[in-house]
Amino acid sequence: MRTPSGHRVYAIAAEYSSAEELYEAAKRVRDAGFKRWDVFSPFPIHGMDEAMGLGKSWLSAVVLAGGITGLLTAITVEFGPSWLLYPVIVHGKPFNWATVPAFFPIMFELTVLFSAFAAFFANLIMNGLPRWHHPMFNWDRFARATNDGFFLAIEARDPRFSEIETHDLLLETGGLHITIVHEED
Amino acid sequence: MDGAITAPEVEVTESEEIASTERPLTRVPLVLNRRSYGWITERITGAVENRAPRWWWVAFAVTAAIAGFGLFCLGYQISTGVGTWGLNHPVGWAWDITNFVFWIGIGHAGTLISAILYLLRQKWRTSINRSAEAMTLFAVICAAIFPGIHVGRVWMAWYLAPLPNNYGIWPNFRSPLMWDVFAVSTYFTVSVLFWYTGLIPDLATLRDRATSKIKKFLYGIFAVGWRGANRHWRHYEMAYLLLAGISTPLVLSVHSVVSFDFATSILPTWHTTIFPPYFVAGAIFGGFAMVLTLMLPARALFKLHDIITLQHIDKMAKIILLTGSIVSYAYAMEFFMAWYSGNQYERFAFWNRVLGPYWWYWWVGMLFCNCLSPQLFWFRWCRRNVLVVYFVSMCVNAGMWFERFIIIVGGLHRDFLPSSWGLFIPTWVDIWTFIGTHGIFLSLFLLFIRFLPMIAMSEVKIVLPQSDVHRHDPITVGEKEHA
Repeated sequence: MRTPSGHRVYAIAAEYSSAEELYEAAKRVRDAGFKRWDVFSPFPIHGMDEAMGLGKSWLSAVVLAGGITGLLTAITVEFGPSWLLYPVIVHGKPFNWATVPAFFPIMFELTVLFSAFAAFFANLIMNGLPRWHHPMFNWDRFARATNDGFFLAIEARDPRFSEIETHDLLLETGGLHITIVHEED
Repeated sequence: MDGAITAPEVEVTESEEIASTERPLTRVPLVLNRRSYGWITERITGAVENRAPRWWWVAFAVTAAIAGFGLFCLGYQISTGVGTWGLNHPVGWAWDITNFVFWIGIGHAGTLISAILYLLRQKWRTSINRSAEAMTLFAVICAAIFPGIHVGRVWMAWYLAPLPNNYGIWPNFRSPLMWDVFAVSTYFTVSVLFWYTGLIPDLATLRDRATSKIKKFLYGIFAVGWRGANRHWRHYEMAYLLLAGISTPLVLSVHSVVSFDFATSILPTWHTTIFPPYFVAGAIFGGFAMVLTLMLPARALFKLHDIITLQHIDKMAKIILLTGSIVSYAYAMEFFMAWYSGNQYERFAFWNRVLGPYWWYWWVGMLFCNCLSPQLFWFRWCRRNVLVVYFVSMCVNAGMWFERFIIIVGGLHRDFLPSSWGLFIPTWVDIWTFIGTHGIFLSLFLLFIRFLPMIAMSEVKIVLPQSDVHRHDPITVGEKEHA
């Protein structure tokens, strides 16, 4: 979709005066059946995931996979050299199952290390970050989203998007400064 | 903007706050004076955006000079040899490992605040977690210096890595020193990841407020394009929760592994099973004292009294009292076990701790600083008096260093054979290397408060009453009932 002046439309966006108003508006937008939309706030709003109809984040599955990878890495790195490549008896500790617990601390540490990397990178990748620019930044009021502003944007590529009705929906839910956000500057 | 009344710049006096806590069913707000989101942003970013105050330059010049001299001592030690330190037979570990355990212990309070208190839903942590985590990182950097260079030939430090040496022999993965390498390096890495994940939304705030192009570019890069979208917060909060979840056993493991360095040996006073919990409690104890040592001046200098309230200081004092009492119990139990074991070497070592050549380290450091001084915190007046809290914090900082010295040098200097007894006397390089790490630590902290938001803005905003979209605000409920 393009504006008369030829700009591609990214979304229609509105500002709300409080977290509570944004929360109520999100429930209305969810019930209206929109799929490609988002709300923006300076902090995570408790209960907003349900208000937007989003389920639990599956980032935890990635972290579990990371933790298992770390554990397997530790098992390989420890037992490979110590039992296969160059077994050395130190302190008179024999190589049998009774001494396996002495390998546990490093298994634990690598499990934690790989889980933490998985959590960190999964957070970035699942959010599509880092990215240099985003159409929402074209709206000058949007700089307050990281300070004290609460915003809601419905994207133009949502099948239910219509310039007039979407605008009216935002107006009904108490949206202020309703504007069309362009794809480019 | 957010509908909250922004009160004028007044500082709540202690008596007013006590009056409000005495009303039943009323919870004292975590941020005083009903501050708005905008006020919080302005006040916290102000420390970064305004011109550096004169005290900052003076403090930074002093700490950077000390850090510089500390680095010179490190260079002198590396180029001349480990003999520049007072280490010799029988005391082969002295200030170096004492300093290592001291610094790594300080880090533990930061992870306790950021991870364990998060899992326990202690919302007051939001005012102090950012700077406590920064303190963790800087303390671990100072700690890592000592084991790195005390090996003597630092260019052989790669022997610590899980790599085969030139004879194809691998490190011994069943050695506590190897566990320590993995524990400390994992701890540092995970702390950095956790800290940076928490910083991203606040870096975005700095980016959106930046006035110069260079600042916008740099903060923009580190903010990775964060825009506060709820679809992002959803994954972010899960990542944050999981990082807290895995940091919790991690922080408990790190000081346990440090204590294994001692506990797996056969030396009297080292060879004990009480060490892991005793070290972990001591680490949190010493770490909270350092958090208060840094935060009380920062609170006063940047006028953060509404965000770091007396309530926060009170709660930290209670944690110091709790962990200090655990540590005191451990000290007492060590003496009891020495007597109860009937082992003459163990019994001698503890008599020697109290009456031997290092007697005053025990009486001043362990008994007065660690056991007695925190007992002041049984009294509410002491927990809420900034000067008393600062005094106790400084006692604990010193006491925990003495404790590690007593454990390490006290255990080594008189072992089984009287013919091999000796004393440890530090050289000027020992002393200045240790003072130098304080310079490094404080310089890094001063840089941190100049260039990064020292309080987690996005997290403090969550605990404001106007952020509760479900309208169960305990403050207003209390006010209505008791009006």
